[in-house]
Amino acid sequence: MKAQSTFSLELLKNIIARNSAVPGAMLPVLHEIQDTVGFVPTAAVPLIADALNLSRAEVHGIITYYHHFRQQPGAKYVLKLCSAEACQAVGSAALAEHAKATLECNFHESTTDGLFALEPVYCLGLCACGPSMMVNDAEVHGRMTPLQFDALVQELRGAK
Amino acid sequence: MSVTIFVPSDSAALAVGADKVAAAIQAEAIMRKIDIKIIRNGSRGMFWLETMVEVATSQGRIAFGPVTVADVSSLFDASFTSGGKHALALGLTEEIPYLKKQERLTFARVGITDPLSLDDYLAHEGYVGLRNAIQLTTEQIVQQVTDSGLRGRGGAAFPTGIKWKTVLATIAAQKYIVCNADEGDSGTFSDRMVMEDDPFVLIEGMTIAGLAVGATQGYIYVRSEYPHAIAVLNAAIATANKHGYLGNNILGSGKAFQLQVRRGAGSYVCGEETALLESLEGKRGIVRAKPPLPAIEGLFGQPTVINNVISLATVPVILAKGAAFYKNFGVGRSHGTLPFQLAGNIKQGGLVEKAFGITLRELLQDFGGGSLSGRPIRAVQVGGPLGAYLPVSQFDTAMDYEAFAAIGAAVGHGGMVVFDDSVDMAKQARYAMAFCALESCGKCTPCRIGSTRGVEVMDKIIAGKERKKQIGLLRDLCDTMSNGSLCAMGSMTPYPVLSALNHFPEDFE
Repeated sequence: MKAQSTFSLELLKNIIARNSAVPGAMLPVLHEIQDTVGFVPTAAVPLIADALNLSRAEVHGIITYYHHFRQQPGAKYVLKLCSAEACQAVGSAALAEHAKATLECNFHESTTDGLFALEPVYCLGLCACGPSMMVNDAEVHGRMTPLQFDALVQELRGAK
Repeated sequence: MSVTIFVPSDSAALAVGADKVAAAIQAEAIMRKIDIKIIRNGSRGMFWLETMVEVATSQGRIAFGPVTVADVSSLFDASFTSGGKHALALGLTEEIPYLKKQERLTFARVGITDPLSLDDYLAHEGYVGLRNAIQLTTEQIVQQVTDSGLRGRGGAAFPTGIKWKTVLATIAAQKYIVCNADEGDSGTFSDRMVMEDDPFVLIEGMTIAGLAVGATQGYIYVRSEYPHAIAVLNAAIATANKHGYLGNNILGSGKAFQLQVRRGAGSYVCGEETALLESLEGKRGIVRAKPPLPAIEGLFGQPTVINNVISLATVPVILAKGAAFYKNFGVGRSHGTLPFQLAGNIKQGGLVEKAFGITLRELLQDFGGGSLSGRPIRAVQVGGPLGAYLPVSQFDTAMDYEAFAAIGAAVGHGGMVVFDDSVDMAKQARYAMAFCALESCGKCTPCRIGSTRGVEVMDKIIAGKERKKQIGLLRDLCDTMSNGSLCAMGSMTPYPVLSALNHFPEDFE
């Protein structure tokens, strides 16, 4: 995900125009906005409402219903730690505690430097090689140990 | 002569470094001037052996695993490209007992082929089912599916043929085929594997469904947590379109079928079929009251076949080999095979496709090899977060929809999460309620309020406050949720809660 935190209304309008003709356009529109901008800005709400003939309240209701959509810029690296049963069975809770302590932030929070955010996720379909996690909705990691977590964080810090 | 080497590209392999292993093998081969060709196949589903590298030899494919980047150099030292001896050598892949003992029908090609190679797919009996279906009338296709005994593999186990028959019989200008690929249950990954490792089989199954009921548009609703599956499906759909397997004139039959992937957005309840349809329509994923059934008024109010990935991916083998062939697998009213998924604290986790009738114990011991931690297995949750926790005393239950229903459990999607004796079942019961509270769509009161009250009651039980009274309250709450909820989210959350309470009462004392 190449997130940019600056965006123009023109960009949002183009995304909405490109998608508004597809049946059930809402999710495709929101996904493309978030993939491009990094989050769904408040400024997008009236534009979407207008294009899809909905009220702003309805659009807001949809954005906030789905866990995936963010209304504020996310961290550079969003780390999603699987917290579902299969990963629980192999120590995901301990890994999450380690991650929180290491990054000094809780779930749904970002580190003070804005580099990392921690989110719980409920299953990545990697249930036979847990604990698992995903970086920026793209890169998956399995059989994570606290040591491997630290190495990954180190690597990402180095890549900034 | 070039040696063919297989390095899986399934997410589970990627998660343990398969890309790096592939790159290291390529680099080492160049350095040593050995001519190799790397194929990124799917996973064989033996995840404890990932990254499992295979080498094509005149005797068949030979496996090595689990391979890490650090092993690559020594593999070359041992001449693994010509089948040399190495500590990680596993022999002929097909002879590995875990694979050899399986009955792979739906997963026949998974792990063997390059997922995105249409040629590979065709060379392994791909599109035989569709070619047969084109020769049949719509009624005959539906009859084949009905006669096969196939039941909804997403967990509800509703007869697939009956669903299709309803859509076929409903007159409408536009009908839809929707694939429910919102595989949100922990302990399940068979949908993901089909999508990533054999996408054409799902495309073929949906195309057959389209022909069978007269639907020209299909959607695959994939959860956003599966980015790799989405990418593979999109690439496979483009290939299928290019070669006339999708589009306006399928294989020259004059019939049309278009297919699109839609990405979910992290809502578990969207795995419930009516919530999924709402989400596809661009709304909040809130459960609809039934009736009307989606088969009559589904997507955009039109007749819609909505089936799980595995149900649809099983249709091609039924049409290719006949309903009777498929029906002969299984026991009682559970016909065919199920791709069981061994997950959690298990030594040999992975995918085991077997006919119904195998016992839980056989799966856990003969295939799974016991717990990963080496401690005794204490509980297994079968069928996802809404499935019951089974104690050791129930491990001889046969995997069969009716046998499971008889003990107050559900086979569901065939996922099983193993816990060793360090598990605290009261905590697991609390988690089930907390998960329901987090993911409830909010439409019906028993689920929305019941789950939150359930967490509070569990907290009191765990804290030791008025335990007896609270347990009575918990049972009462579960009764309300079971009988009063609109969908499985609220009505089945009591399965894990009550099974934990009934089978492991010592954890609630």
